[in-house]
Amino acid sequence: MPSVRVIRRRIKSVQNTSKITQAMSSIAAIKMRKAQQRVLAARPYSDKIVEVLGALSARGADGLEGEGVHPLLEKRPTKKIQVVHITSDRGLCGGMNGNLNRQTGSYILHETHPVSVVTVGKKGRDFMVRFGRDVKAVFTDLGDAPRLLDTTPIAKVVSDDYTKGEVDEVYVAYTQFVNNLVQRPVLQKLLPIEPPKVAEGEKTKQVDFIFEPSTDDVFARLLPRYVDMQIYHAVLETIASEQSARMVAMRNASENAKDMITSLTLEMNKARQEQITKELLDITGGVSAMEG
Amino acid sequence: MPGTLHVEIITAERVVYKDDVNMVIAPGSEGQLGILPRHAALMTTLGTGELRLKKGNDEVSMAVSGGYLEVLNNKVTVLADSAEHAEEIDLARAEEARKRAQERIKTRSSDIDLERALTSVHRAEVRIKVAQRRRRPPISQ
Repeated sequence: MPSVRVIRRRIKSVQNTSKITQAMSSIAAIKMRKAQQRVLAARPYSDKIVEVLGALSARGADGLEGEGVHPLLEKRPTKKIQVVHITSDRGLCGGMNGNLNRQTGSYILHETHPVSVVTVGKKGRDFMVRFGRDVKAVFTDLGDAPRLLDTTPIAKVVSDDYTKGEVDEVYVAYTQFVNNLVQRPVLQKLLPIEPPKVAEGEKTKQVDFIFEPSTDDVFARLLPRYVDMQIYHAVLETIASEQSARMVAMRNASENAKDMITSLTLEMNKARQEQITKELLDITGGVSAMEG
Repeated sequence: MPGTLHVEIITAERVVYKDDVNMVIAPGSEGQLGILPRHAALMTTLGTGELRLKKGNDEVSMAVSGGYLEVLNNKVTVLADSAEHAEEIDLARAEEARKRAQERIKTRSSDIDLERALTSVHRAEVRIKVAQRRRRPPISQ
């Protein structure tokens, strides 16, 4: 059995670690709340965009005057695919990034068409680079509270590749924030845009809008915004997921530390008792030797 | 008091403004447009400019850029790429931005996008105008 001193040192170190994990868990809890608020704050905007796009496409707008459709709507036979892979920059957040990496990784393995990746976040970047994937662009250090403008470059990269015909389909992989305990890795189609459908009943009660400059112009202006919004939304969800995953992981770590301290303390007491017994035996042994 | 319009100004990050007003003057992409209560349903894209909201004798001014505006049943919804209250604008920074953009146009190195630089100048000018407006005394009537 290790000596009392060694065990005491272990306990100290576990205690220090648990202080850190406790602090991380409380910080993550606060950040998670803020991140959730941000997801909610972005909702009116995205709801409205979806609503308007639906209304416009129900009216037959296709983003281009005359023949043809807007480049972001254009469907092509699939030859090349691109995935926007959104992870966090930092670790210590449980299996969140691992799960997403695994999901996208297996998607790429099973996909017969060549797949290139645009990574957001260091964890995803490291994973994709390590496995030698075709990484087209890398975005890191978006921080805890990105603004829409911080994420538009991501949307621009993929939209440009798409309009230039470098890729024929774009997906976005991110971690959806379901609730504090559940975060789900998802893979969603981003391009070509499939305008949201308006329910049949709603179409009839639609108002006759005046469009300025024209339905197609308004539509064409909104489509890139829609892509921006989708990416922004995915990033916000990822941040909320990251913080809540970290909060849970750190809380578990703190609890494990507590268990460990309990069992180490028990062990230490045993060791100390044993030592005392040994000393007592030595003394009584010595006394009886002198008497004898 | 005549009828009112319900106005919501929304950006991707937050709801910037939400109130009932008497009149909205917006920088439409086809030119300024004023919206009074009982306006017909309208959907238009917005340019960069000053958005003014009149409520009684008060007037709120905001710098908005990009986005679109919808009028429906006395409700005006503005989806802006950016929208700032006059109080939020940092005048010094706006001046700085204007100077920088003008500089870029003057030097006109080959790799700059002239159109983008011009838009930045315009945007900075709008912000400066809106920021200065709040320093003027309120409109007397």
